[in-house]
Amino acid sequence: MGRKNNVSSSNAPPPPAPEPGQPEGEAPQPRPPVQVLYCGVCTYPIEYCEFGSSLTKCKEWLKEEHPEQFDKYYSEEALQAKIGTLSLEAQTKLEKDTAKAEAKAEAKADAALKKKMSSQITIKRIERNKRKHITAVHGLEAFGIDLKKAAKQFASKFATGASVTKNAQGLDEVVVQGDVSDEIVDMIEQEAGVLKGIPVDNVEIVEEKKKKGGE
Amino acid sequence: MFKKFQPSTDIAGHTPVKTSVQRSIRSALLSQWKIEPETLEAIWPKKEGLVHVKCREHVSIYTVNGEPLAFQHFDGPFYPTLRVIHKYPYILPMVKVDRGAIRFLLGGAHMMCPGFTSKGGYLPPPDEALPAGSPVTIHAEGKEHAVGIGITKLATEDIRKINKGVGVEVVTYLGDDLWALQSL
Repeated sequence: MGRKNNVSSSNAPPPPAPEPGQPEGEAPQPRPPVQVLYCGVCTYPIEYCEFGSSLTKCKEWLKEEHPEQFDKYYSEEALQAKIGTLSLEAQTKLEKDTAKAEAKAEAKADAALKKKMSSQITIKRIERNKRKHITAVHGLEAFGIDLKKAAKQFASKFATGASVTKNAQGLDEVVVQGDVSDEIVDMIEQEAGVLKGIPVDNVEIVEEKKKKGGE
Repeated sequence: MFKKFQPSTDIAGHTPVKTSVQRSIRSALLSQWKIEPETLEAIWPKKEGLVHVKCREHVSIYTVNGEPLAFQHFDGPFYPTLRVIHKYPYILPMVKVDRGAIRFLLGGAHMMCPGFTSKGGYLPPPDEALPAGSPVTIHAEGKEHAVGIGITKLATEDIRKINKGVGVEVVTYLGDDLWALQSL
């Protein structure tokens, strides 16, 4: 990769021309925007993937999607040129750090997935008076579901009111009017609408009576 | 500024901006950024209304079509977002840090003077020196696109002379929460 030192100044109105060899954005005219290729994995411009926490995945992605760019950034001479003014020890240290960060990020993602898979969804039937109930669904957000959208979906499906409210613990949950707990379980099973990716085993139905009954 | 920024808690509200205010913002952008009226027209068409997103601590983000275009702290200068800078890298003056500083920059640290004065760094030449408090894009050694946007804490000539301490304060950088926010 070439260095940018030959660009005299960016203060002059014409833009610092993108480095030669960059297929897109070679036009130095001020008007059209420079096209920047962003990494599909870490969203950084591809040249900054090496500082992200998912370099291995970024590399794979780039190799697959844009092989010519991959050669530009990860071929031997590119790696040589990249070191620049950095001393050798600093470089090795940097590499070690990146590897460490990567492993850490991976472990974190794993843990997050595990947590997601083990988190419970509670569907609670709450008695309002003798024969009227409301249904509170708790824990949907752990599966990346937009609670507002879910509430909207319930409301239109059951033709009742449904809203997102904070419960006593200060956590958000979807509250639907009427006793619809079984139907909600069915919907989760069929993965209707926004309710995607919830293992049915994690769904639990509990009942709450008005006068401090059992769970 | 955007190291920790959560749309759900940090945004106080969206309001469409009055046309008269939009006019003044447009002229302010034209005077503060090195951008031609036509180019600004391309990223912010006249017909598209600007939406003011008010955030905590007097930060305002201006969005066009839900895409953040610029932001401002209190009454300070307008900063373009990093994605805008990538498309139009010439609208702010450029400084460059050496390679060793990149990872600190990506962690959100302010940029120290030696990073600019060492071999891989770059500062505008003396005849184009910038005073303290001017917005700059921060590029990195060996990289083609900007990594961050900052505001100079010292005049560029002072950075060269003093060569110690914070030279440029980072406002937004690659991978911060504003970067993660692709649309509002």
